[in-house]
Amino acid sequence: MNFFENFRIALRALTANKLRSGLTMLGIIIGVAAVVALMAVGKGATSGITSQVEGLGTNVITVSTARFFREAGSTTQTLFYADYETIEEEVGSLAKTTPYFQIQASVVNGDRQADYSVTGVTSNFASVNAYTVSRGRFITQQDNLGEARVAVIGSQTSQDLFAGLNPLGRDIQINGISFSVVGVLASKGTSGFSSQDDVVLIPLETGYSRLFGGRAFSGGRRTLSGITLSALDAEQVDSIIAKVEYTLRREHSLTLRDDLGFSVTSQSQMLSTLSSITGTLTALLGAIAAISLLVGGIGIMNITLVSVRERTREIGLRKAVGARRNIILAQFLVETLTLSILGGLLGTLLGVTIAWVVSLSGLIAATVTVDTVLLAFSSAALVGLFFGIYPAYQAAGLRPIEALRYE
Amino acid sequence: MIEVENLKKIYRLGDSKVRALDGVSLQIQDGEMVAIVGPSGSGKSTLMAILGCLDTPTKGTYRMDGQAMEKLSDNQLAMIRSRKIGFVFQQFNLLPRTSALENVMLPLSYNGVKGKTRQEKAQSALEIVGLSDRSRHHPNQLSGGEQQRVAIARALVNEPSLLLADEPTGNLDTHTGADIIRIFQNLNRERGQTVVYVTHDSFIARHTNRIIKIEDGKIVGDEKVENPIEAGMPRLDDVLAPAHRDEGKAGQVL
Repeated sequence: MNFFENFRIALRALTANKLRSGLTMLGIIIGVAAVVALMAVGKGATSGITSQVEGLGTNVITVSTARFFREAGSTTQTLFYADYETIEEEVGSLAKTTPYFQIQASVVNGDRQADYSVTGVTSNFASVNAYTVSRGRFITQQDNLGEARVAVIGSQTSQDLFAGLNPLGRDIQINGISFSVVGVLASKGTSGFSSQDDVVLIPLETGYSRLFGGRAFSGGRRTLSGITLSALDAEQVDSIIAKVEYTLRREHSLTLRDDLGFSVTSQSQMLSTLSSITGTLTALLGAIAAISLLVGGIGIMNITLVSVRERTREIGLRKAVGARRNIILAQFLVETLTLSILGGLLGTLLGVTIAWVVSLSGLIAATVTVDTVLLAFSSAALVGLFFGIYPAYQAAGLRPIEALRYE
Repeated sequence: MIEVENLKKIYRLGDSKVRALDGVSLQIQDGEMVAIVGPSGSGKSTLMAILGCLDTPTKGTYRMDGQAMEKLSDNQLAMIRSRKIGFVFQQFNLLPRTSALENVMLPLSYNGVKGKTRQEKAQSALEIVGLSDRSRHHPNQLSGGEQQRVAIARALVNEPSLLLADEPTGNLDTHTGADIIRIFQNLNRERGQTVVYVTHDSFIARHTNRIIKIEDGKIVGDEKVENPIEAGMPRLDDVLAPAHRDEGKAGQVL
C-alpha cells in the first residue's frame, strides 16, 4: 500500500461524489483566491504609492497647517504669507521655496463643469514640485505682479474640460470668474491619494484679490495653505526641517514645550508612514482572507466526517481484510489533502486571474509575488492536514466488527 | 487448527451486563467444514467475530495454529486477518465503483503483495469461483450470486487457514444459494480448506460435516453429520405440502 495507491483510492472516492467534492473544494478555492488576490492588490497599492512618492523627489519638504495625523488636543496654527517670507530669508540659500493657497472651486468651460482644487502659486511652484509645462507657459512673476487672470491646468483637467481641443487662449470660469488658459502641465500620474494631473493653477496674487475671499485672511494678514521647499542638497533635508521649525516657533512665539501646530515633513518621512500604513492594510486584508480559508477548512472537516460515517461499512471491510489502522488514517488524510491541494492550486489560479483583471482595469497594478502564492498554497495544505486529522482518526479508530454491522 | 477454551464475551448495556458468550470451548481441525447454528442473539455472530479476529474475548483463550490470539494488538490482529482469515458476509461487502479484480486484489495490497503477482493471484482466485471472465465488471454489473462469488474469491486470495462465512446465502434465492454452498463444499473437499459456516438455518447447516449448536452464549450441541446434503438437493419442506413449512424452523427460505 504505497502513496500512489492511496492517492488513487482518494481520487476514486472524491470522483464518486463530484458535486460534494467540488463544493467542499470551493471553500478552499475561494479562501486561497482571496488571500492571493487581496495580498496582490495590497502589495500593488503599496509599491504604486511608494514609487510615486519617491518620484516626487526625496528632497521635497512640505510645511502645512493641516497635519496628516493630528494628535488629539493638538492646536493648529495659522500659516501666514509673512512666515513664507521669513522662511525664504532663513533657508533660501539651501532650498527653493514656494508658497501656495488652495481652495476647492467649480471650474466651467461652456457646458463642461467640475470641482477642482484651485491653487494660487508663484512662478517657482513648477520647479519646486517638479512640474513641466507641455504646452504654452507657466505662471510668471509678471502674472503675479499684474494680478493677471490666467490659469495653468493639469493634463487631466485639460482632457476633462476641453476633450482634446487645444485649451490655450480659451477662457474658463472659476467660481464664475473668467481666467485665460496659458499653459498645460505634462502628466505626472497619481500620488496615491489624489491625482497630480487634475489641478488648476492661478497666480497667488490674483487669488488673494479676486478668488479666495475672506478665508485667505486672518486678522487682516494673508494666510497660506502651505509652503513647499525643495532642498538643493538631499543631505540638508533634516537640517532645513529643523531650521523651518525653529523659525516657525520664533515667529509664532511658541516655546519648545508648545505644540508646533504645523506639519513640517519630508517626502521620505511621508514615504515610511505610507508604507507602514499600506503594509498594515495588506496584512489586514490577508488576515480577513485567511478567515475564509479557515471556513473552507471547517467545510473539509465537516464533509470528511460525513464521508467517514457513510463509508463506515467500507472501513470495516477494509479492516476485516487486513488494513491496519495507519493505512485507514493515511487513506482519509490523502483524501482531504487532495481536496485542499487541488483547491489550493485552483484558488491560486483564480487569485492570479483576479489580480490580473484588477491590473487590467487600471485601478491598481496588483502584484502577485512568489511568497504570496507559497503562503496561500502551503496554508491550504496545512488546513487540509489539520482539518483532516480528526475525521481520519475517527475512521482509523473504528472497531471493525462494529463498523461492519453499521447500518 | 483452532482451539478455543472457556471463551467469554461480556458487553455492558448501561448498568446491566450481557453475556454474549458464556464459556465456549471447542476445537476445529484443519480441513473441517463446520456449521455454527443458533437463533439470532445466541452469540454465534460474536463467536464468529472472535474466531475471525475482528473482536477480542473478555476472558478465555483462543489459539490458531498454536498462536495465542487473545492478547494481540489491533495491528497484529489486522495482520492475522490479512494472512490467515478469509471473510464472506451476507451483504457481500464489495467496494462499489471498483472492478471484481480490484476487489479481489484488496487483501493482497494490505498484505504487501506487489503489482504483477497481485493481479495474477487475484485472477486465479476468480478462476476458482468461476468468474475469470467477469474480472473487469463492477459490482453493479454483476448478479447477487456473482457478487458473492467475487467476495469468496476475495476471501480466498491470501490462501487463509480459515474461511469464515456469515450467512453467505441470506440475500440470495434458493438456486443461487445452492451454487454458493457448492463452492464452499468443493473448496473444502478438493482443496482441504477449513470452513466455518455461520447460519441460523439447520437445513443449510446439514450441508457441512459437523454442526455446533449455540444458544444463550453456550454450546448446546456438537455433532458429526454422517451424510451431508449435497448442494442443490431440495429442502424437505419444499417437497412436503406448504402447510408444513414452518416446521423447518427456517426463518428464511433458501
